[in-house]
Amino acid sequence: MQSDISNNHIQASFQLKHPEAQDNSFILDIDLTLPSQGVTVIFGPSGSGKTTLLRCIAGLEEPDKGQLSINGEIWQNASLSMPTHKRPLGYVFQESSLFPHLTALGNLNYARKRAGKKASNQLYDHAIDIMGIHDILHRYPQQLSGGERQRVAIARALLINPLLLLMDEPLASLDKQRKQEIIPYLERLGSSLEIPIIYVSHSMDEVSRLADHVVVLKQGKVSAQGGLTEVFSQIDLPLDYGDDTGVVLQGHVIERDRKWHLARIAFSDGELWVRDRGDELNQAVRVRVLARDVSLTLTPDNDSSILNRLAVTVDEIAADTDEAMALIRLKTGSEYLIARLTCKSIDRLQLEPGKKLWAQIKSVALIS
Amino acid sequence: MSFSEADLAAIWLTLRLATTVTLLLLIIGTPIAWWLARTSSVWKAPIAAIVALPLILPPTVLGFYLLIAMGPHGFFGQFTQSLGLGTLPFTFWGLVIASVFYSMPFVVQPIQNAMEAIGERPLEVAATLRAGPFDRFFTVVLPLAKPGFITASILGFAHTVGEFGIILMIGGNIPGETRVISVQIYDHVEALEFMQAHALSGAMLIFSFSVLLALYWLQRKQKVSLLN
Repeated sequence: MQSDISNNHIQASFQLKHPEAQDNSFILDIDLTLPSQGVTVIFGPSGSGKTTLLRCIAGLEEPDKGQLSINGEIWQNASLSMPTHKRPLGYVFQESSLFPHLTALGNLNYARKRAGKKASNQLYDHAIDIMGIHDILHRYPQQLSGGERQRVAIARALLINPLLLLMDEPLASLDKQRKQEIIPYLERLGSSLEIPIIYVSHSMDEVSRLADHVVVLKQGKVSAQGGLTEVFSQIDLPLDYGDDTGVVLQGHVIERDRKWHLARIAFSDGELWVRDRGDELNQAVRVRVLARDVSLTLTPDNDSSILNRLAVTVDEIAADTDEAMALIRLKTGSEYLIARLTCKSIDRLQLEPGKKLWAQIKSVALIS
Repeated sequence: MSFSEADLAAIWLTLRLATTVTLLLLIIGTPIAWWLARTSSVWKAPIAAIVALPLILPPTVLGFYLLIAMGPHGFFGQFTQSLGLGTLPFTFWGLVIASVFYSMPFVVQPIQNAMEAIGERPLEVAATLRAGPFDRFFTVVLPLAKPGFITASILGFAHTVGEFGIILMIGGNIPGETRVISVQIYDHVEALEFMQAHALSGAMLIFSFSVLLALYWLQRKQKVSLLN
């Protein structure tokens, strides 16, 4: 039955025409079914319609045609569109959006007073705790750093007791250091909330660290969607990630080598050594393997300095935007790796789908 | 140099008039300013132009039309007569109504500017925090437009204190009822009582200067606090 599907999913379909377009071109033209738990990252270059999509979901933008239901509850269809203030959502804007005439605490209380059912003290303490803002509550927004302002804004969005949390590049206005300061809070948020989060980003780093599910937008249309590992192991994506091309693997720590300060990470069908960050055994982690760090050999090369070597099968070869290069998708167990090689090497090694060989991974980044 | 009984009556009347007009204008002007700040209606330009008319229209012209409208044969005059209030020209409340029109732009424009400066974002934020339209207006728009309201009150009050032409047209020169400071000065000069004219004019000069000084200080302080 249709209703079974819609009862625990977010279904969104929006069409938004360019105001002065004659050729039926769309700012946004999507039809999506998203999971109603975990973090869904809407990913794409600027101008691809990410923010517009988020604003349509929040009711801040009126699409030409729109349908939206959250776990079976209709927010918008052909005959009705709930105004923003009736939609049980939380929204974190790109730049600081705290009310300047209220202190941080005043901003939190603004949300608390208006939360649908009375927000529990437990939620209040949890939000303040998870964002680490206890000591700055008495300050006005002007007296806070950019990072602190965003943390208060995120806590405020939580205190409204939302059924859906929308975040529009909450880190975009911050410098690199502040970003690194907030990302751990967001990771904790994603794993501690029971409500779905839709998070807009154009940063590969944020996607690989935060996403469970990814929707890739290009020129207002969905060009790929699926689980994090699945989306980034496709090599025929219309988006060019350049040097960022690579896969994300999810695994956990199974061994810590004290002598060499290394940790062994097991993922579904293989293992990798990474530098030991001090993670506990069994800690769930994500690692990123960039295509430019993967090289191939026909025989296991024990003379090499490279620690990580996996037996792989060539799955698919695709052209790169650089005509000297090509992308090769490699299968190892049920996971994929991508390697970026010169066409000359591909010819020399006579690579073709089904060929078995060894992948050497020069560097593995632990990202969360 | 001291003020005569008649001078004091004129000062008291002027303050009463200016206070009444300012309060009325804050009540009437706020919704007009909000509408002008938000609307994209084709009526925006004509309404804005009507509000701004007193800035350039000679007070005698405005006074003339108001006199006719409020007179025994004017539509407003007939309305007030039917309510048993008589006609309003040459009364205190006639002056109040005329002054409300005359000082309107000095109150509406600063409030409108302050409301426009708030922008869309704080209202969107409030909407995502479940604040409905009235809630947003009272908890976001009013506090954020506070500097505009202060400027509007000062300008509305000071401008009403300085009226002359429209008062003569509507109010004439009745002691204690319509004889405000500016009319009193005119009377002194006509009677060649220059000492009394000096006293009142000097007081007006100091008052006007102080008001403007306070206003500019306030604006500077706000800019500084915004920068911090």
